Amino acid sequence: MAENIKVPTMAEFMAEGKQPEVLFWVGCSGSFDDRAKKITKAFVRLLNKAKVDFAVLGTEESCTGDPAKRAGNEFLYQMQAAGNIEVLNGYEIKKIVTTCPHCFNIIKNEYPGLGGNYEVMHHTTFLKSLLEEGRLTVEGGKFKGKRITFHDPCYLGRGNGIYEAPRDLLRKLEVELVEMKRCKKDAMCCGAGGAQMFKEPEPGKEDVNVARTEQAIDVKPEVIAAGCPFCNTMMTDGVKAKNREDNIAVMDIAEMIATAEDL
Amino acid sequence: MQILAQVAFILALAIGIGIFIRNIRRMIRNINLGREIDRTDNSSKRWKKMVKIALGQYKMVRRPVSGIIHVIVYLGFIIINIEVLEIIIDGIFGTHRVFSVAGAPYSFLIGAFEILAFLVLVGVIIFWIRRNVLNIYRFKARELTEWPKNDANYILYFEMVLMSLFLIMNAADYQLQLNLAPHYAMASGEIAGAFPVSSFLLPLLDGFSDSTLIIIERTAWWLHILGILFFLNYLYYSKHLHILLAFPNVYFSKLKPKAEFDNIDAVTKEVQLMMDPNADPFAAPAEAEGAEEEGEPEKFGASDVFDLNRVQLLNAYTCTECGRCTDQCPANNTGKLLSPRKIMMDTRDRLEAVGENINKNGKFVDDGKQLLDDHITREELWACTTCQMCIEACPVGIDPLSIIVEMRRYLMMEQSAGPADLNNAMGNIENNGAPWPYNQMDRLNWATEN
Repeated sequence: MAENIKVPTMAEFMAEGKQPEVLFWVGCSGSFDDRAKKITKAFVRLLNKAKVDFAVLGTEESCTGDPAKRAGNEFLYQMQAAGNIEVLNGYEIKKIVTTCPHCFNIIKNEYPGLGGNYEVMHHTTFLKSLLEEGRLTVEGGKFKGKRITFHDPCYLGRGNGIYEAPRDLLRKLEVELVEMKRCKKDAMCCGAGGAQMFKEPEPGKEDVNVARTEQAIDVKPEVIAAGCPFCNTMMTDGVKAKNREDNIAVMDIAEMIATAEDL
Repeated sequence: MQILAQVAFILALAIGIGIFIRNIRRMIRNINLGREIDRTDNSSKRWKKMVKIALGQYKMVRRPVSGIIHVIVYLGFIIINIEVLEIIIDGIFGTHRVFSVAGAPYSFLIGAFEILAFLVLVGVIIFWIRRNVLNIYRFKARELTEWPKNDANYILYFEMVLMSLFLIMNAADYQLQLNLAPHYAMASGEIAGAFPVSSFLLPLLDGFSDSTLIIIERTAWWLHILGILFFLNYLYYSKHLHILLAFPNVYFSKLKPKAEFDNIDAVTKEVQLMMDPNADPFAAPAEAEGAEEEGEPEKFGASDVFDLNRVQLLNAYTCTECGRCTDQCPANNTGKLLSPRKIMMDTRDRLEAVGENINKNGKFVDDGKQLLDDHITREELWACTTCQMCIEACPVGIDPLSIIVEMRRYLMMEQSAGPADLNNAMGNIENNGAPWPYNQMDRLNWATEN
């Protein structure tokens, strides 16, 4: 399938003396991880479709410092933050959207203390606002009536109190939304947070992602919907570990909407 | 004889309250060993949160069984304390049921106390069964053996005994009033109080003489009040301080989003200095700032209780070891060593050891121990996913995660002692701006590749 996505950079906008409506912060995962890149592209297709005037930083983007900060390396985090804030402020960025709850949280909550003040949105909230403004339409399409459960990312849900935007989008897809026993405030972590993504887990009985996937499987979904590239990876691995990859898909909500629209 | 009892009572009261005040002072002194932290902002929001969560038990009832029973025991505890006020006045002045002059409202109150006392008794028995008979995950943890397990049971036995004494006292009193015993019976011949529960105990007192009944009533009365005074002082040594500290603890709890961690200001200064092209790399840091105290660089993170802030230390004293945090901790649920409850218990154990050290020596004398390694192991700290479930689960606003992160900061920044694979990721972030070894110049490749 030929790609026909448009991804303008801030440098290009700057050269033309223009300011985009919103900066899309792609994040490390969305830039480099093969699975997460699909989420990035799906979201870009939706932005293109809704004719959102967006830009990315491209090679000027760097890790937000989230894994460093959660691991306790405050120094490295603040170095990263200082660099990123310099770039963002240099471009006079006002509004940022990101597909990663970790980038979302750190830029929204922790950068202001270091001089970075922006309006930051998670892509589910942003997509919801596009729907409300009538710039994007979502119809059930191939997900209509399917059993879907949403796995709340810690840094979006419990961490920042956003539970409804992703669910509202799923309802727009006319899916049969089923909740896991542990959901919303009580949702169990996928196991990737706190820089766990980048290290081997400590010895235990089971891996966190497998335990969480079991909880999802308990509600018999056809798709486990995710809103975080790390959760996506963890749950995908969990589904594989339980040998259920043939009948349970793990998809980001942006991917679901893009797929439903056949973008 | 009467006057002797009054003197003994006043003495017991003074000793009981005196020791309690001494212990509370020690506790405050210990909390003040921590770093200062300003949590006095947004006072109206804080008051509201306190009313909702501490007073209103909002989070307790999210688990209906233990939550509702807890509300009953809590209401019983608070309301029955009105009766304690009467006991104290009667004790000091040698009166009998001094509030009974109120008439019908008094009878209603005593009747309500009796019903509550009975409900508390039932509730506490259910709690005991939950702890000791049923197979409940959070009561089976490795940190809940020996003293912590016994402590929890002692408190339950205590409550059972106190409630039983209260009911026995009332039963004997009621019988004495029915017998028109002097001092007990009212001049009007009416009954002071109402005894909807203890009247069922009357058959047990059948045939006892007035003097025996007086001995029973007085014994129960004395044991009840002495028990309360003992319990007041047991609090400090038990896990049960939450009945007092839940209120300040919720008040001073974090209002910001749970996922928002604080930025370390000292690090910000260092980073700014590094990024400043005009900074002189050879300038002596103490001189550059001028106001830096002692010239000793600030320690990053926490290896001992002195490095934690005062709210974190208050958290440790407030924890009643209910284990709702551990019950939902993803690391604990999958068999890792980490238990957020244990983090709080360890912090308090260490703080108590430091406090004992100060009591003995007048000031803290290095004992060669610290919170890290001697209490909390690195394996526990590295197992945390920072998912904030422990903060969400705590019914009294305790934040175990902040302690875990503070200790990780120490390991990472003071010791460079992170797990090897994590250090690789850190190196990648530092060198190429991503936790993986990809070139920053390849960041936009996704846009053009298929």
